[in-house]
Amino acid sequence: VDVALFVPCYVDQFAPGVARATLNVLRRAGCTVHYDPEQTCCGQPFLNAGAAREAGRLARRHLQRFAAAGAVVCPSASCVATVRLRYPDVGVGAAWPGTEQRARTFELSEFLVRELGCTDLSARFPHRVALLQSCHGLRDLGLARASESGPDAAPSLNSAETLLRAVAGLELCAPARADECCGFGGAFSVKFPQLSGRMGRARLQDFEQSGAEFITSTDASCLLHLDGIRRRTGHGPRPMHLAEILDSRS
Amino acid sequence: MKMRDSFEARAVAGLPEGARLARHDAAVFALRGQRDAAVAAVRDWEALRERAAAIKAHALDHLDLLLERFEEKARGAGAFLHWAQDGEAMNAIVAELLAARGAKRVVKSKSMLTEEAGLNRYLHARGAEVVDTDLGERIVQLGEERPSHIIVPAIHRSRGEVGALFQRTLGTPPGMDDPEQLARAARSDLRARFLAADAGITGANFAIAETGSIVVVTNEGNADLGMSLPELHIACFGIEKVIPALADLGVFLRLLARSATGQPLSAYTSMVTGPRAGGELHLVLVDNGRSELLADPVQRGALACIRCGACLNTCPVFRRAGGHAYGPGAPGPIGAVLAPALGGRNARNGRGPRGGRNARSGSGRAQNFAASLPLASSLCGSCSAVCPVRIDLHGQLLAWRSARRSGGAVERVMLRAAAALMLRPRLLAFAGRVLRRLWRPLGWRIPGNPAAPWLQSRELPPHPGESFRESWQRETR
Repeated sequence: VDVALFVPCYVDQFAPGVARATLNVLRRAGCTVHYDPEQTCCGQPFLNAGAAREAGRLARRHLQRFAAAGAVVCPSASCVATVRLRYPDVGVGAAWPGTEQRARTFELSEFLVRELGCTDLSARFPHRVALLQSCHGLRDLGLARASESGPDAAPSLNSAETLLRAVAGLELCAPARADECCGFGGAFSVKFPQLSGRMGRARLQDFEQSGAEFITSTDASCLLHLDGIRRRTGHGPRPMHLAEILDSRS
Repeated sequence: MKMRDSFEARAVAGLPEGARLARHDAAVFALRGQRDAAVAAVRDWEALRERAAAIKAHALDHLDLLLERFEEKARGAGAFLHWAQDGEAMNAIVAELLAARGAKRVVKSKSMLTEEAGLNRYLHARGAEVVDTDLGERIVQLGEERPSHIIVPAIHRSRGEVGALFQRTLGTPPGMDDPEQLARAARSDLRARFLAADAGITGANFAIAETGSIVVVTNEGNADLGMSLPELHIACFGIEKVIPALADLGVFLRLLARSATGQPLSAYTSMVTGPRAGGELHLVLVDNGRSELLADPVQRGALACIRCGACLNTCPVFRRAGGHAYGPGAPGPIGAVLAPALGGRNARNGRGPRGGRNARSGSGRAQNFAASLPLASSLCGSCSAVCPVRIDLHGQLLAWRSARRSGGAVERVMLRAAAALMLRPRLLAFAGRVLRRLWRPLGWRIPGNPAAPWLQSRELPPHPGESFRESWQRETR
């Protein structure tokens, strides 16, 4: 399977290890991975800041860069949700072939489990891990069942948990609040740093009480935020992206 | 907007770090937990939400016809109808009705609309005494503050604080902090006021076009006393409250209490069709910005709100900020959605964010503040997922951000510069290299550091070495 790697701008600059791990995992799953170094940003920060014109320009550029690709795979649920669901808000990709191209943009765990049917990457990670649901992965992409859902909600993919359960030695911990927001929220984290900090510290505390040594997620941005708080406060489980755990052989 | 007026400054001042914050978060989240338990027992919950959303969408599409039908039916049942363009007009209508009958003592049950319009203050200035009869509302009234939550107005207060307040205002014994005893004290004070009241003011949760009835839902029965004991009953409600038929009511009642508190049904659900024997019923239908909102294809969705408070209870920002941080309008996600449309109106009623008396000078600031509220969300989407009428709350917050340019001029320039960088991959890569050179000083908590907002609660990530792009190009060269 030919796959184009969609590396979010902040992952490229601040968490290159996540992109590297994604590349390794996709290769292990049998994919031929292509990478276009001219890609930059999907436009999400601009869209969320209300800068519709700037977001539109970046959205158009993003779709152009990936127009020739088959599947586009990204280790960030919120960037995927932006491309798949929010582009029409800024007047981009609302008609064919944009619609079709947006639908072939996948979050990593979603791509592995649903598109490839690959649930076991023979990874080994002998640690206690808690899964932080990325809000956009959870509610926009439907990657897991949101705790608000009624009994008759559509069944969810549960892709991240499925993959983690197949990792040798890994013990999954259950925090009290399964899917509360970590408080990153892009610009929210710097516009309301104190509230963002309160939300993040509460999550770290909850994860710590669940007995987890590591927090993992389908979104690197949530993890950068939580790691920053952990470094500041000096305690809490260590954040590590899902791709990095799936790439682990320790 | 000055920093001290900002949402975060108000949040941190009103709900400081520590026990109070933890208590607020836990108390509010407990309501969400009760809601989840109730929802789990309703097999067709999502279908029910779908149905409610469809009824509301239909009602808003045909609001003019439904209002005419409601008016005709309600008049036929013997009610008097009044139409108010805005909160000011509503206040004037109510004041006139009271004055014409010499009514001075008024008991009022909870109504977000009269809160929105500042009715109490208006009537007080004209010599009427208005007593809020919902326990939580009574607490904030005695404490001379504003409600901090739609359904639990005094949730920001501990029982100890309520005990001290009641000791001061109702003369309860010192140290009394048992919720049941406190409720009993408030009740005996209120009972005398109910019996002596000249008029009762209520809101309405629903207005049924088919029958001309209004429906009032409470847990304390205070609205029932307020509309049964005095001869004069005035109900004030927004024009968006009308639903087509009696059969639709069941859908909303199944959703409302479960979403609010996890109860299958509120303790009291009363339907009023025409005045009671020997009494007078006045229905005041209020626009106050709703027609304008109705004309906005995206933001009109908020008019479907049934005021259950579920979006507040689930909102991680609301629970860490407290309701007072949202200023004079409704708090939480629904408040932030309504604020940019209705915020300026509240200011005109002399209720600017700092509660100032000089409404005119406060109005611009109030509008700026209201326009900034849609930014106070991490866009996690939990509000939209709990909403019983499926309002796309976080989608609407996002839409306001671009419609109202919530961020301000400096930010626009910075965003434009950042976008220019993102359109030039080689320049972006160069900027990244410069940034990594400056990594250590970038982590210093000193004034002028552009990373300062990030560093307020967090450290920088460890030095990333090189970008993924750089390592890829090095390897494939």
